[in-house]
Amino acid sequence: MQPFTYQRSEDAAGAVAAVAGRPAARFISGGTNLLDLMKLDIERPQHLVDISRLPLDRVEPTEEGGLHIGAQVRNSDLAADPGVRSRYPILSQALLAGASGQIRNKASTGGNLLQRTRCPYFYDSNMPCNKREPGAGCAALRGFNRMHAVIGASDSCIAVHPSDMAVAMAVLDARVETVSPGGETRSIPLGDLYLLPGTTADEETVLAHGEMITGVTLPPPPAGRQVYRKVRDRASYAFALVSVAAIIETSGNRVRSARVAMGGVAPKPWRAPEVESRLAGSALSDQALSEAAEAALPEAVGHGGNDFKIRLAKRTVRYTLAAAAELV
Amino acid sequence: MPEKQKETGPTRRALLEGGAATTMLLVAGLPVGRSAVAAVAAEPTVTPMPTLPVMLNINARNIAVEVDPRTTLLDTLRNHLGLTGSKKGCDHGQCGACTVLVNGRRINACLSLAAMHEGDEITTIEGLAAGGELHPVQAAFIEHDGFQCGYCTPGQICSAVAMLREAKDGWPSHVSADVGAAPAALTDTEIRERMSGNLCRCAAYPNIIAAIRDAAERS
Repeated sequence: MQPFTYQRSEDAAGAVAAVAGRPAARFISGGTNLLDLMKLDIERPQHLVDISRLPLDRVEPTEEGGLHIGAQVRNSDLAADPGVRSRYPILSQALLAGASGQIRNKASTGGNLLQRTRCPYFYDSNMPCNKREPGAGCAALRGFNRMHAVIGASDSCIAVHPSDMAVAMAVLDARVETVSPGGETRSIPLGDLYLLPGTTADEETVLAHGEMITGVTLPPPPAGRQVYRKVRDRASYAFALVSVAAIIETSGNRVRSARVAMGGVAPKPWRAPEVESRLAGSALSDQALSEAAEAALPEAVGHGGNDFKIRLAKRTVRYTLAAAAELV
Repeated sequence: MPEKQKETGPTRRALLEGGAATTMLLVAGLPVGRSAVAAVAAEPTVTPMPTLPVMLNINARNIAVEVDPRTTLLDTLRNHLGLTGSKKGCDHGQCGACTVLVNGRRINACLSLAAMHEGDEITTIEGLAAGGELHPVQAAFIEHDGFQCGYCTPGQICSAVAMLREAKDGWPSHVSADVGAAPAALTDTEIRERMSGNLCRCAAYPNIIAAIRDAAERS
């Protein structure tokens, strides 16, 4: 591990200033991803600013009837929060489908959003990776790419974003709040937080250096039942091949509205507006759900090892919608 | 078999107490790290790494350590304090052999910097027994033969102790039917899911589950 200096931060303004003032400085909270990557010399910060004890550890109702989640709320606390479990059960389900009990006790809300991909070529410094070393090339394109993206990727990177929590937050229309070195704050729709790789795979979010996530705001929960379904190689403690967050509101044998987001298929949580628009006002039947699910991922492209994901994703969308509609 | 275990028990504990004695020496005296720094300082081309003072409360004892900022909590316990009960398996948070309790919660000690634990209460496998009595989870592991080689066992036990507390606090899991409802009984399926962060290469899982189920029923 590269040498670094360390400081514990007591307030958000001080933390932001400390990182902003040094190009090679980084925030650290739970550390479960950053420290892992530092051990492999993939992340090489020269200064760490510990934000884990900042007073951003509350889950509180908002005036609008939504929920504000502090960036330092641990994944386990968020999953166990009574308000989340009763009104946003999909968020609890997604959190509990990710990582292990030990890691959820450390990982923070902000850190979960900013975790790096688990692409094996990103982790292997003997292999070319544009994310790790811009211009080096992408070994995954013609390599072992079973876990990789089928949409939103590029010739420079086909890595997926690994978070389950972010998929649930995407379907809930969450907004990410940040504070910048100048003290400005902004609220970013979760779908706009992440950048697609294009030709700059190393640029992953719209956040500036020193800009810190302070929290996530959920609007009031949408009507309808919420279900998160994760398909993976092991029954527990594995990243998703495909995951689906679905919310469907029904009335008799009609669908009033539906929302779908997918994980494991793209460099960021991927909403499926094609599915949502087909279902709004449609009949509620197996056939209607199947036809809508078929419309998901219209521009998907496989890379050999991950071709199966396109069908798997559509089927998981259908299954998850059916489960949310209590048809299965 | 139980007789033999009773005989080997104290030997192990004596070893662990030896470890604790080393701890005091290391803390009071100068650990290897300091003399190594002094030696390096003689080389004009190498800059000695500054160390950080950290106050930890380990197994109900306040311990001051000086660490290189890169030192993980696991390496601090094992290499600086002689508390080798917490094991280094993968060193990447995947196997759970390093599981310890921090302020009552289980974490991977390998994925945490010691410097980030100023003032935290840390309980390792060496600190679970109280007043000469094994912790009920430790006793259950022995009774149900919940191990083979034993390398993952300290992590399994620390993890199980905290997991039982989480279940008691009503935390749902991935296999809970309804996260909104109070979780039902701690079935084997629940135990397996909640313990998935601890691997056992000997695959002693059936007996590990039996031990944890037993400890849960008794508590």
